[in-house]
Amino acid sequence: MKAGQVTPKELYDTTELEYEALNNPDVAHIEVHHNTVVGAHLVPGLDVTANETENGVAIVFRVTENSVIEKPVHMCFGMLPEKGVQEIQMNVIIEKNARVSVLAHCTFPNAVEVLHTMDARITVGENADYAYFERHIHGKTGGVTVVPKAKVTLEKGARFKTEFELIRGRVGSIDIDYETTCKEWSVMEMNARISGTHNDAIQIRETGHLVGEGARGVLTSRIAVRDSARAEVHNKLTATAPFARGHVDCKEIVQDNGVATAIPIVEVRNPKAHITHEAAIGSVDTRQMETLMSRGLTEDDAVELIIQGLLS
Amino acid sequence: MGLLEVKKLSLTLGGKKILNDCTVDFWEGHVHAIVGPNGAGKSTLAYTIMGLSGYRGATGDIVYDGKSILGLGIDERARMGITLGWQEPARFEGLTIKNFIRAAAKDKTIASIKDALEKVALNPDEYLTRAVDKTLSGGERKRVELASLLAMRPRIVLLDEPDSGIDVEALEKIFEAIHLLKSYGATVILITHSIAVLKQAEHAFLMCRGEIFDKGSVDKISGYFENKCIPCERTAISSSPEGN
Repeated sequence: MKAGQVTPKELYDTTELEYEALNNPDVAHIEVHHNTVVGAHLVPGLDVTANETENGVAIVFRVTENSVIEKPVHMCFGMLPEKGVQEIQMNVIIEKNARVSVLAHCTFPNAVEVLHTMDARITVGENADYAYFERHIHGKTGGVTVVPKAKVTLEKGARFKTEFELIRGRVGSIDIDYETTCKEWSVMEMNARISGTHNDAIQIRETGHLVGEGARGVLTSRIAVRDSARAEVHNKLTATAPFARGHVDCKEIVQDNGVATAIPIVEVRNPKAHITHEAAIGSVDTRQMETLMSRGLTEDDAVELIIQGLLS
Repeated sequence: MGLLEVKKLSLTLGGKKILNDCTVDFWEGHVHAIVGPNGAGKSTLAYTIMGLSGYRGATGDIVYDGKSILGLGIDERARMGITLGWQEPARFEGLTIKNFIRAAAKDKTIASIKDALEKVALNPDEYLTRAVDKTLSGGERKRVELASLLAMRPRIVLLDEPDSGIDVEALEKIFEAIHLLKSYGATVILITHSIAVLKQAEHAFLMCRGEIFDKGSVDKISGYFENKCIPCERTAISSSPEGN
Protein backbone atom coordinates (compact mmCIF):
# COMPACT_ATOMS: atom_id res chain seq x y z
CA MET A 1 0.00 0.00 0.00
CA LYS A 2 1.37 3.40 -0.95
CA ALA A 3 0.84 6.31 1.33
CA GLY A 4 -0.73 8.45 -1.30
CA GLN A 5 -3.51 5.98 -1.97
CA VAL A 6 -4.88 6.17 1.56
CA THR A 7 -8.03 8.22 2.03
CA PRO A 8 -9.17 9.99 5.20
CA LYS A 9 -12.06 7.57 5.43
CA GLU A 10 -9.69 4.61 5.41
CA LEU A 11 -7.81 6.16 8.32
CA TYR A 12 -10.95 6.89 10.32
CA ASP A 13 -12.35 3.44 9.57
CA THR A 14 -9.67 2.08 11.93
CA THR A 15 -10.99 4.28 14.73
CA GLU A 16 -14.33 4.47 16.49
CA LEU A 17 -15.13 7.74 14.68
CA GLU A 18 -17.50 7.80 11.72
CA TYR A 19 -15.86 9.77 8.91
CA GLU A 20 -19.27 11.06 7.86
CA ALA A 21 -19.43 12.95 11.16
CA LEU A 22 -16.80 15.27 9.71
CA ASN A 23 -19.02 16.36 6.83
CA ASN A 24 -20.34 19.21 8.93
CA PRO A 25 -18.75 22.38 7.52
CA ASP A 26 -18.34 23.75 11.04
CA VAL A 27 -16.06 20.86 11.96
CA ALA A 28 -12.40 21.39 11.10
CA HIS A 29 -10.23 18.37 10.47
CA ILE A 30 -6.87 17.31 9.11
CA GLU A 31 -5.62 13.85 8.22
CA VAL A 32 -2.03 12.77 7.71
CA HIS A 33 -0.94 9.40 6.44
CA HIS A 34 2.81 8.82 6.63
CA ASN A 35 4.18 12.06 5.19
CA THR A 36 1.11 13.09 3.22
CA VAL A 37 -1.74 15.34 4.18
CA VAL A 38 -4.60 13.29 2.75
CA GLY A 39 -7.45 15.51 3.92
CA ALA A 40 -8.10 18.85 5.53
CA HIS A 41 -10.90 21.27 6.21
CA LEU A 42 -10.46 24.50 8.14
CA VAL A 43 -12.84 26.91 9.78
CA PRO A 44 -12.51 30.66 10.37
CA GLY A 45 -10.02 31.47 13.10
CA LEU A 46 -7.98 28.34 12.50
CA ASP A 47 -4.87 28.52 10.32
CA VAL A 48 -3.00 25.36 9.52
CA THR A 49 0.02 24.97 7.27
CA ALA A 50 1.58 21.60 6.66
CA ASN A 51 4.85 20.87 4.93
CA GLU A 52 5.67 17.34 3.97
CA THR A 53 9.06 16.07 5.07
CA GLU A 54 10.86 12.87 4.17
CA ASN A 55 9.09 10.82 6.84
CA GLY A 56 6.29 13.00 8.05
CA VAL A 57 4.90 16.50 8.17
CA ALA A 58 5.72 19.78 9.86
CA ILE A 59 2.53 21.49 10.91
CA VAL A 60 1.87 24.98 12.18
CA PHE A 61 -1.49 25.01 13.93
CA ARG A 62 -2.64 28.47 14.88
CA VAL A 63 -5.85 29.77 16.40
CA THR A 64 -5.97 33.47 15.92
CA GLU A 65 -6.52 36.02 18.67
CA ASN A 66 -10.02 36.06 20.19
CA SER A 67 -11.17 33.20 17.96
CA VAL A 68 -13.35 30.57 19.55
CA ILE A 69 -13.56 27.32 17.62
CA GLU A 70 -16.85 25.96 18.83
CA LYS A 71 -16.63 22.38 17.61
CA PRO A 72 -13.68 20.11 18.37
CA VAL A 73 -11.05 19.97 15.66
CA HIS A 74 -10.36 16.42 14.51
CA MET A 75 -6.88 15.30 13.62
CA CYS A 76 -5.84 11.88 12.45
CA PHE A 77 -2.28 10.67 12.09
CA GLY A 78 -1.52 7.18 10.99
CA MET A 79 0.37 4.54 9.11
CA LEU A 80 -1.62 1.74 7.58
CA PRO A 81 1.31 -0.32 6.19
CA GLU A 82 3.05 -2.81 8.45
CA LYS A 83 6.38 -0.96 8.39
CA GLY A 84 7.47 2.63 8.30
CA VAL A 85 8.37 5.81 10.08
CA GLN A 86 6.14 8.78 10.73
CA GLU A 87 7.64 11.93 12.21
CA ILE A 88 5.24 14.72 13.12
CA GLN A 89 6.48 18.17 14.05
CA MET A 90 3.81 20.40 15.50
CA ASN A 91 4.01 24.05 16.29
CA VAL A 92 0.81 24.95 18.08
CA ILE A 93 0.02 28.58 18.76
CA ILE A 94 -3.19 29.46 20.52
CA GLU A 95 -3.30 33.22 20.50
CA LYS A 96 -4.59 35.53 23.20
CA ASN A 97 -8.19 34.87 24.30
CA ALA A 98 -8.63 32.09 21.73
CA ARG A 99 -10.22 28.75 22.51
CA VAL A 100 -10.04 25.36 20.80
CA SER A 101 -10.21 21.70 21.59
CA VAL A 102 -8.63 18.99 19.48
CA LEU A 103 -9.50 15.32 19.26
CA ALA A 104 -6.57 13.48 17.69
CA HIS A 105 -6.48 9.85 16.63
CA CYS A 106 -3.17 8.12 16.03
CA THR A 107 -3.79 4.86 14.26
CA PHE A 108 -1.36 2.05 13.47
CA PRO A 109 -3.63 -0.97 13.18
CA ASN A 110 -1.35 -3.16 11.09
CA ALA A 111 2.02 -2.17 12.51
CA VAL A 112 4.73 -4.77 12.68
CA GLU A 113 7.61 -2.31 12.70
CA VAL A 114 6.42 1.27 12.86
CA LEU A 115 8.03 4.25 14.54
CA HIS A 116 5.80 7.25 15.26
CA THR A 117 7.31 10.37 16.75
CA MET A 118 5.67 13.62 17.67
CA ASP A 119 7.67 16.67 18.53
CA ALA A 120 5.42 19.51 19.59
CA ARG A 121 5.97 23.09 20.67
CA ILE A 122 2.83 24.51 22.15
CA THR A 123 2.17 28.07 23.23
CA VAL A 124 -1.15 28.94 24.80
CA GLY A 125 -1.55 32.69 24.88
CA GLU A 126 -2.89 34.96 27.56
CA ASN A 127 -6.35 33.82 28.74
CA ALA A 128 -6.48 31.31 25.89
CA ASP A 129 -7.82 27.78 26.29
CA TYR A 130 -6.43 24.67 24.59
CA ALA A 131 -7.63 21.10 25.15
CA TYR A 132 -5.91 18.23 23.34
CA PHE A 133 -7.19 14.68 23.56
CA GLU A 134 -5.03 12.05 21.85
CA ARG A 135 -6.33 8.53 21.39
CA HIS A 136 -4.12 5.77 20.01
CA ILE A 137 -5.38 2.78 18.11
CA HIS A 138 -2.82 0.02 17.79
CA GLY A 139 -2.99 -3.48 16.40
CA LYS A 140 -2.37 -6.77 18.13
CA THR A 141 1.30 -7.28 17.33
CA GLY A 142 2.90 -4.63 19.51
CA GLY A 143 5.10 -3.59 16.62
CA VAL A 144 4.79 0.13 17.29
CA THR A 145 7.21 2.49 18.92
CA VAL A 146 5.60 5.77 19.91
CA VAL A 147 7.70 8.72 21.05
CA PRO A 148 5.62 11.83 21.73
CA LYS A 149 7.41 14.87 23.10
CA ALA A 150 5.93 18.24 23.89
CA LYS A 151 7.18 21.52 25.33
CA VAL A 152 4.30 23.65 26.44
CA THR A 153 4.21 27.26 27.59
CA LEU A 154 1.13 28.73 29.21
CA GLU A 155 0.92 32.49 29.31
CA LYS A 156 -0.92 34.43 31.98
CA GLY A 157 -4.38 33.04 32.66
CA ALA A 158 -4.09 30.36 29.98
CA ARG A 159 -5.69 26.94 30.35
CA PHE A 160 -4.27 23.72 28.92
CA LYS A 161 -5.62 20.23 29.26
CA THR A 162 -4.18 17.17 27.59
CA GLU A 163 -5.23 13.54 27.73
CA PHE A 164 -3.28 10.69 26.24
CA GLU A 165 -5.14 7.40 25.88
CA LEU A 166 -3.76 4.09 24.69
CA ILE A 167 -6.05 1.34 25.85
CA ARG A 168 -6.96 -0.37 22.57
CA GLY A 169 -4.51 -2.83 21.05
CA ARG A 170 -0.94 -3.51 22.05
CA VAL A 171 1.13 -0.59 23.25
CA GLY A 172 4.41 -1.90 21.89
CA SER A 173 6.86 0.67 23.19
CA ILE A 174 5.92 4.16 24.26
CA ASP A 175 8.07 6.95 25.62
CA ILE A 176 6.09 10.07 26.52
CA ASP A 177 7.91 13.24 27.51
CA TYR A 178 5.74 16.28 28.17
CA GLU A 179 6.96 19.41 29.91
CA THR A 180 4.78 22.40 30.68
CA THR A 181 5.71 25.79 32.07
CA CYS A 182 2.85 27.65 33.68
CA LYS A 183 2.95 31.41 34.08
CA GLU A 184 0.77 33.40 36.48
CA TRP A 185 -2.77 32.19 37.06
CA SER A 186 -2.54 29.63 34.29
CA VAL A 187 -3.98 26.13 34.69
CA MET A 188 -2.47 22.91 33.40
CA GLU A 189 -3.84 19.39 33.50
CA MET A 190 -1.98 16.45 31.97
CA ASN A 191 -3.49 12.97 31.99
CA ALA A 192 -2.21 9.67 30.65
CA ARG A 193 -4.17 6.42 30.53
CA ILE A 194 -2.37 3.39 29.16
CA SER A 195 -2.97 -0.34 29.29
CA GLY A 196 0.04 -2.59 28.68
CA THR A 197 0.03 -6.30 28.00
CA HIS A 198 2.51 -8.96 26.77
CA ASN A 199 5.98 -7.38 26.84
CA ASP A 200 4.86 -3.79 26.25
CA ALA A 201 7.16 -1.10 27.57
CA ILE A 202 5.66 2.13 28.90
CA GLN A 203 7.75 5.13 29.88
CA ILE A 204 6.09 8.37 30.93
CA ARG A 205 7.79 11.59 31.91
CA GLU A 206 5.40 14.39 32.73
CA THR A 207 6.84 17.58 34.12
CA GLY A 208 5.11 20.75 35.18
CA HIS A 209 6.76 23.98 36.31
CA LEU A 210 4.47 26.34 38.19
CA VAL A 211 6.52 29.50 37.77
CA GLY A 212 3.83 32.16 37.91
CA GLU A 213 1.88 33.41 40.87
CA GLY A 214 -1.31 31.41 41.34
CA ALA A 215 -0.42 28.87 38.65
CA ARG A 216 -2.10 25.51 39.09
CA GLY A 217 -1.27 22.09 37.72
CA VAL A 218 -2.31 18.47 37.99
CA LEU A 219 -0.42 15.48 36.62
CA THR A 220 -2.46 12.30 36.50
CA SER A 221 -1.42 8.83 35.34
CA ARG A 222 -3.54 5.72 35.21
CA ILE A 223 -1.63 2.66 34.07
CA ALA A 224 -2.42 -1.05 33.97
CA VAL A 225 0.28 -3.63 33.24
CA ARG A 226 -0.47 -7.29 32.67
CA ASP A 227 1.49 -10.31 31.44
CA SER A 228 5.11 -9.12 31.32
CA ALA A 229 4.45 -5.48 30.54
CA ARG A 230 6.52 -2.82 32.28
CA ALA A 231 5.67 0.76 33.13
CA GLU A 232 7.79 3.52 34.56
CA VAL A 233 6.14 6.81 35.42
CA HIS A 234 8.15 9.92 36.28
CA ASN A 235 5.92 12.76 37.39
CA LYS A 236 7.63 15.95 38.39
CA LEU A 237 5.92 19.11 39.56
CA THR A 238 7.80 22.16 40.74
CA ALA A 239 6.44 25.36 42.23
CA THR A 240 8.50 28.51 42.52
CA ALA A 241 5.86 31.20 42.83
CA PRO A 242 3.49 32.24 45.60
CA PHE A 243 0.04 30.67 45.63
CA ALA A 244 1.02 28.06 43.07
CA ARG A 245 -0.95 24.88 43.67
CA GLY A 246 -0.28 21.44 42.26
CA HIS A 247 -1.10 17.79 42.61
CA VAL A 248 0.49 14.61 41.27
CA ASP A 249 -1.67 11.51 41.13
CA CYS A 250 -0.40 8.17 39.86
CA LYS A 251 -2.24 4.87 40.03
CA GLU A 252 -0.88 1.69 38.50
CA ILE A 253 -2.48 -1.73 38.56
CA VAL A 254 -0.14 -4.68 38.25
CA GLN A 255 -1.28 -8.14 37.23
CA ASP A 256 0.59 -11.34 36.35
CA ASN A 257 4.30 -10.64 35.87
CA GLY A 258 3.88 -6.97 35.10
CA VAL A 259 6.21 -4.44 36.68
CA ALA A 260 5.27 -0.88 37.54
CA THR A 261 7.41 1.91 38.90
CA ALA A 262 6.25 5.35 39.97
CA ILE A 263 8.70 8.14 40.66
CA PRO A 264 6.86 11.26 41.77
CA ILE A 265 8.97 14.32 42.42
CA VAL A 266 7.49 17.42 43.96
CA GLU A 267 9.64 20.46 44.53
CA VAL A 268 8.48 23.65 46.22
CA ARG A 269 10.68 26.74 46.32
CA ASN A 270 8.23 29.23 47.66
CA PRO A 271 6.73 29.10 51.15
CA LYS A 272 3.35 30.20 49.82
CA ALA A 273 3.18 27.42 47.25
CA HIS A 274 1.72 23.99 47.88
CA ILE A 275 1.97 20.66 46.06
CA THR A 276 0.56 17.30 47.03
CA HIS A 277 1.08 13.87 45.56
CA GLU A 278 -0.35 10.41 45.81
CA ALA A 279 0.78 7.20 44.21
CA ALA A 280 -0.72 3.75 44.46
CA ILE A 281 0.73 0.69 42.81
CA GLY A 282 -0.41 -2.83 43.26
CA SER A 283 -2.81 -5.52 42.38
CA VAL A 284 -6.50 -4.93 42.05
CA ASP A 285 -8.10 -3.97 45.35
CA THR A 286 -9.45 -7.10 47.04
CA ARG A 287 -12.62 -5.42 48.25
CA GLN A 288 -13.43 -4.17 44.77
CA MET A 289 -12.77 -7.57 43.24
CA GLU A 290 -14.78 -9.48 45.83
CA THR A 291 -17.68 -7.04 45.47
CA LEU A 292 -17.90 -7.80 41.76
CA MET A 293 -17.34 -11.53 42.31
CA SER A 294 -20.18 -11.52 44.83
CA ARG A 295 -22.35 -10.35 41.92
CA GLY A 296 -21.32 -13.39 39.90
CA LEU A 297 -18.37 -12.12 37.86
CA THR A 298 -15.35 -14.40 37.53
CA GLU A 299 -12.08 -13.11 38.93
CA ASP A 300 -10.82 -12.32 35.41
CA ASP A 301 -13.99 -10.45 34.48
CA ALA A 302 -13.90 -8.51 37.74
CA VAL A 303 -10.28 -7.46 37.17
CA GLU A 304 -11.09 -6.44 33.60
CA LEU A 305 -14.02 -4.26 34.71
CA ILE A 306 -11.96 -2.58 37.43
CA ILE A 307 -9.15 -1.82 35.01
CA GLN A 308 -11.58 -0.55 32.37
CA GLY A 309 -13.00 1.81 34.97
CA LEU A 310 -9.61 3.05 36.07
CA LEU A 311 -8.59 3.74 32.48
CA SER A 312 -11.91 5.19 31.36
CA MET B 1 -35.01 -27.56 56.45
CA GLY B 2 -34.00 -24.05 55.39
CA LEU B 3 -32.74 -22.87 52.04
CA LEU B 4 -29.42 -22.09 53.71
CA GLU B 5 -28.15 -24.16 56.62
CA VAL B 6 -25.10 -23.29 58.65
CA LYS B 7 -23.94 -26.39 60.51
CA LYS B 8 -21.50 -26.27 63.42
CA LEU B 9 -19.45 -23.64 61.63
CA SER B 10 -16.20 -22.70 63.34
CA LEU B 11 -13.57 -20.27 62.16
CA THR B 12 -10.36 -19.12 63.80
CA LEU B 13 -8.72 -15.91 62.61
CA GLY B 14 -5.43 -14.63 63.97
CA GLY B 15 -5.46 -17.28 66.68
CA LYS B 16 -8.91 -16.25 67.92
CA LYS B 17 -11.99 -18.38 67.48
CA ILE B 18 -14.52 -16.05 65.88
CA LEU B 19 -17.19 -18.58 64.94
CA ASN B 20 -17.81 -21.30 67.47
CA ASP B 21 -19.92 -24.26 66.33
CA CYS B 22 -22.39 -21.80 64.87
CA THR B 23 -25.59 -23.45 63.67
CA VAL B 24 -28.48 -21.60 62.06
CA ASP B 25 -31.10 -22.12 59.32
CA PHE B 26 -32.53 -19.46 57.02
CA TRP B 27 -35.93 -19.98 55.43
CA GLU B 28 -36.62 -19.34 51.78
CA GLY B 29 -38.35 -16.04 51.06
CA HIS B 30 -38.15 -14.77 54.64
CA VAL B 31 -36.37 -11.79 56.16
CA HIS B 32 -34.02 -12.76 58.98
CA ALA B 33 -31.95 -10.63 61.28
CA ILE B 34 -28.82 -11.59 63.14
CA VAL B 35 -28.31 -9.23 66.01
CA GLY B 36 -25.62 -9.06 68.61
CA PRO B 37 -23.03 -6.81 70.17
CA ASN B 38 -19.82 -5.74 68.41
CA GLY B 39 -17.42 -8.64 68.10
CA ALA B 40 -20.13 -11.30 68.32
CA GLY B 41 -19.12 -12.73 64.93
CA LYS B 42 -22.11 -11.50 62.90
CA SER B 43 -20.16 -10.03 59.99
CA THR B 44 -17.70 -12.93 60.06
CA LEU B 45 -20.62 -15.32 59.64
CA ALA B 46 -21.86 -13.33 56.62
CA TYR B 47 -18.40 -13.16 55.05
CA THR B 48 -17.86 -16.88 55.62
CA ILE B 49 -21.18 -17.71 53.99
CA MET B 50 -20.15 -15.54 51.01
CA GLY B 51 -16.70 -17.19 50.94
CA LEU B 52 -14.56 -14.03 51.11
CA SER B 53 -10.84 -14.60 50.85
CA GLY B 54 -10.00 -13.64 54.43
CA TYR B 55 -12.65 -15.98 55.81
CA ARG B 56 -11.76 -19.37 54.37
CA GLY B 57 -10.71 -22.45 56.27
CA ALA B 58 -13.86 -22.84 58.35
CA THR B 59 -14.86 -26.24 59.70
CA GLY B 60 -18.42 -27.49 59.81
CA ASP B 61 -20.57 -26.92 56.76
CA ILE B 62 -22.69 -24.45 54.84
CA VAL B 63 -25.45 -26.14 52.89
CA TYR B 64 -27.37 -24.23 50.25
CA ASP B 65 -30.34 -25.79 48.55
CA GLY B 66 -29.19 -29.19 49.78
CA LYS B 67 -25.58 -28.86 48.58
CA SER B 68 -22.42 -28.01 50.50
CA ILE B 69 -20.91 -24.75 49.29
CA LEU B 70 -18.04 -24.50 51.75
CA GLY B 71 -15.47 -25.40 49.08
CA LEU B 72 -16.80 -23.02 46.43
CA GLY B 73 -15.40 -19.63 45.43
CA ILE B 74 -17.22 -16.33 45.87
CA ASP B 75 -18.27 -16.10 42.25
CA GLU B 76 -19.51 -19.68 42.21
CA ARG B 77 -21.67 -19.01 45.25
CA ALA B 78 -22.89 -15.78 43.66
CA ARG B 79 -23.85 -17.52 40.45
CA MET B 80 -25.88 -19.96 42.57
CA GLY B 81 -27.82 -16.96 43.86
CA ILE B 82 -26.02 -15.84 47.04
CA THR B 83 -24.78 -12.27 47.38
CA LEU B 84 -23.59 -9.76 49.94
CA GLY B 85 -24.10 -6.06 50.55
CA TRP B 86 -21.11 -4.62 52.40
CA GLN B 87 -21.28 -2.39 55.45
CA GLU B 88 -18.96 0.02 53.66
CA PRO B 89 -19.35 -0.63 49.94
CA ALA B 90 -16.24 -0.45 47.77
CA ARG B 91 -15.60 2.55 45.58
CA PHE B 92 -14.41 2.15 42.00
CA GLU B 93 -12.56 4.93 40.22
CA GLY B 94 -14.01 5.51 36.77
CA LEU B 95 -16.54 2.67 36.86
CA THR B 96 -19.93 4.13 36.03
CA ILE B 97 -22.99 3.30 38.09
CA LYS B 98 -24.56 1.98 34.90
CA ASN B 99 -21.75 -0.51 34.33
CA PHE B 100 -21.56 -1.41 38.01
CA ILE B 101 -25.24 -2.32 38.11
CA ARG B 102 -25.10 -3.98 34.72
CA ALA B 103 -22.30 -6.27 35.91
CA ALA B 104 -24.68 -7.69 38.51
CA ALA B 105 -27.97 -7.43 36.64
CA LYS B 106 -29.95 -10.45 35.55
CA ASP B 107 -31.64 -8.28 32.93
CA LYS B 108 -28.87 -6.13 31.48
CA THR B 109 -31.09 -3.72 29.55
CA ILE B 110 -30.82 -0.02 30.30
CA ALA B 111 -34.51 -0.03 31.31
CA SER B 112 -33.79 -2.60 33.99
CA ILE B 113 -30.79 -0.65 35.27
CA LYS B 114 -32.83 2.56 35.45
CA ASP B 115 -35.61 0.72 37.23
CA ALA B 116 -33.18 -0.54 39.90
CA LEU B 117 -31.94 3.00 40.50
CA GLU B 118 -35.45 4.36 40.75
CA LYS B 119 -36.29 1.67 43.29
CA VAL B 120 -33.69 3.18 45.64
CA ALA B 121 -34.83 6.74 44.86
CA LEU B 122 -31.83 7.71 42.73
CA ASN B 123 -32.65 9.61 39.53
CA PRO B 124 -31.15 7.62 36.61
CA ASP B 125 -30.63 10.80 34.56
CA GLU B 126 -28.42 12.10 37.31
CA TYR B 127 -26.66 8.94 38.41
CA LEU B 128 -26.23 6.52 35.48
CA THR B 129 -23.04 8.09 34.16
CA ARG B 130 -21.54 9.02 37.51
CA ALA B 131 -18.70 6.91 38.79
CA VAL B 132 -18.97 4.63 41.82
CA ASP B 133 -16.21 6.62 43.45
CA LYS B 134 -15.48 9.02 46.26
CA THR B 135 -17.73 11.69 44.76
CA LEU B 136 -20.71 9.71 46.03
CA SER B 137 -21.74 10.18 49.64
CA GLY B 138 -21.87 7.16 51.93
CA GLY B 139 -25.65 7.09 51.64
CA GLU B 140 -25.60 7.32 47.84
CA ARG B 141 -23.01 4.57 47.64
CA LYS B 142 -25.13 2.37 49.88
CA ARG B 143 -28.17 2.90 47.67
CA VAL B 144 -26.18 2.14 44.53
CA GLU B 145 -25.10 -1.08 46.21
CA LEU B 146 -28.73 -1.96 46.93
CA ALA B 147 -29.71 -1.10 43.34
CA SER B 148 -27.15 -3.60 42.08
CA LEU B 149 -28.52 -6.24 44.46
CA LEU B 150 -32.08 -5.56 43.30
CA ALA B 151 -30.97 -5.86 39.66
CA MET B 152 -29.19 -9.13 40.40
CA ARG B 153 -32.39 -10.82 41.64
CA PRO B 154 -30.52 -13.10 44.05
CA ARG B 155 -32.01 -15.94 46.05
CA ILE B 156 -30.12 -15.04 49.22
CA VAL B 157 -28.96 -11.56 50.20
CA LEU B 158 -26.68 -10.96 53.16
CA LEU B 159 -26.84 -7.28 54.16
CA ASP B 160 -24.12 -6.24 56.57
CA GLU B 161 -25.23 -3.25 58.67
CA PRO B 162 -27.55 -1.86 55.97
CA ASP B 163 -28.20 1.32 57.98
CA SER B 164 -24.54 2.20 58.40
CA GLY B 165 -23.82 5.74 57.22
CA ILE B 166 -27.44 6.34 56.27
CA ASP B 167 -29.53 9.34 57.30
CA VAL B 168 -33.12 8.93 58.53
CA GLU B 169 -34.73 9.82 55.20
CA ALA B 170 -32.55 7.42 53.22
CA LEU B 171 -33.11 4.71 55.81
CA GLU B 172 -36.75 4.42 54.73
CA LYS B 173 -35.56 3.76 51.17
CA ILE B 174 -33.21 1.08 52.45
CA PHE B 175 -36.09 -0.57 54.31
CA GLU B 176 -38.23 -0.39 51.17
CA ALA B 177 -35.45 -2.07 49.21
CA ILE B 178 -35.23 -4.85 51.80
CA HIS B 179 -38.93 -5.56 51.44
CA LEU B 180 -38.66 -5.31 47.66
CA LEU B 181 -35.96 -7.99 47.73
CA LYS B 182 -38.33 -10.17 49.73
CA SER B 183 -41.13 -9.48 47.24
CA TYR B 184 -38.80 -10.74 44.50
CA GLY B 185 -38.60 -14.00 46.42
CA ALA B 186 -35.19 -13.42 48.00
CA THR B 187 -34.20 -14.71 51.39
CA VAL B 188 -32.80 -11.72 53.24
CA ILE B 189 -30.32 -11.94 56.10
CA LEU B 190 -29.75 -8.67 57.93
CA ILE B 191 -26.59 -8.32 60.00
CA THR B 192 -27.22 -5.55 62.50
CA HIS B 193 -27.05 -4.18 65.97
CA SER B 194 -29.80 -1.68 65.20
CA ILE B 195 -33.25 -2.28 66.64
CA ALA B 196 -34.78 -0.33 63.72
CA VAL B 197 -33.20 -2.71 61.22
CA LEU B 198 -34.00 -5.74 63.36
CA LYS B 199 -37.68 -4.78 63.24
CA GLN B 200 -37.70 -5.20 59.45
CA ALA B 201 -37.20 -8.94 59.93
CA GLU B 202 -39.62 -11.81 60.44
CA HIS B 203 -37.20 -14.02 62.37
CA ALA B 204 -34.34 -13.01 64.61
CA PHE B 205 -31.21 -14.63 65.92
CA LEU B 206 -29.09 -13.38 68.77
CA MET B 207 -25.43 -14.01 68.19
CA CYS B 208 -22.87 -13.94 70.96
CA ARG B 209 -19.25 -15.10 71.09
CA GLY B 210 -19.41 -16.77 67.69
CA GLU B 211 -22.53 -18.81 68.21
CA ILE B 212 -26.28 -18.42 67.99
CA PHE B 213 -27.25 -17.75 71.58
CA ASP B 214 -31.00 -17.42 71.06
CA LYS B 215 -33.59 -17.26 68.29
CA GLY B 216 -37.25 -16.47 67.95
CA SER B 217 -39.59 -13.62 67.22
CA VAL B 218 -38.25 -10.13 66.58
CA ASP B 219 -39.97 -8.86 69.74
CA LYS B 220 -38.39 -11.56 71.88
CA ILE B 221 -34.88 -11.09 70.54
CA SER B 222 -35.03 -7.28 70.45
CA GLY B 223 -36.24 -7.25 74.04
CA TYR B 224 -33.37 -9.45 75.15
CA PHE B 225 -30.81 -7.53 73.07
CA GLU B 226 -31.89 -4.13 74.39
CA ASN B 227 -32.06 -5.20 78.03
CA LYS B 228 -29.35 -7.80 78.48
CA CYS B 229 -26.68 -7.31 75.82
CA ILE B 230 -25.73 -3.73 76.51
CA PRO B 231 -24.04 -4.05 78.90
CA CYS B 232 -23.46 -7.73 78.34
CA GLU B 233 -25.13 -9.84 80.96
CA ARG B 234 -23.07 -12.95 80.07
CA THR B 235 -19.81 -11.13 80.63
CA ALA B 236 -21.09 -9.81 83.95
CA ILE B 237 -22.09 -13.31 85.05
CA SER B 238 -18.90 -15.02 83.90
CA SER B 239 -16.65 -12.38 85.44
CA SER B 240 -18.44 -12.26 88.80
CA PRO B 241 -17.52 -14.62 91.70
CA GLU B 242 -20.94 -16.28 91.32
CA GLY B 243 -20.38 -16.72 87.62
CA ASN B 244 -17.24 -18.70 88.24
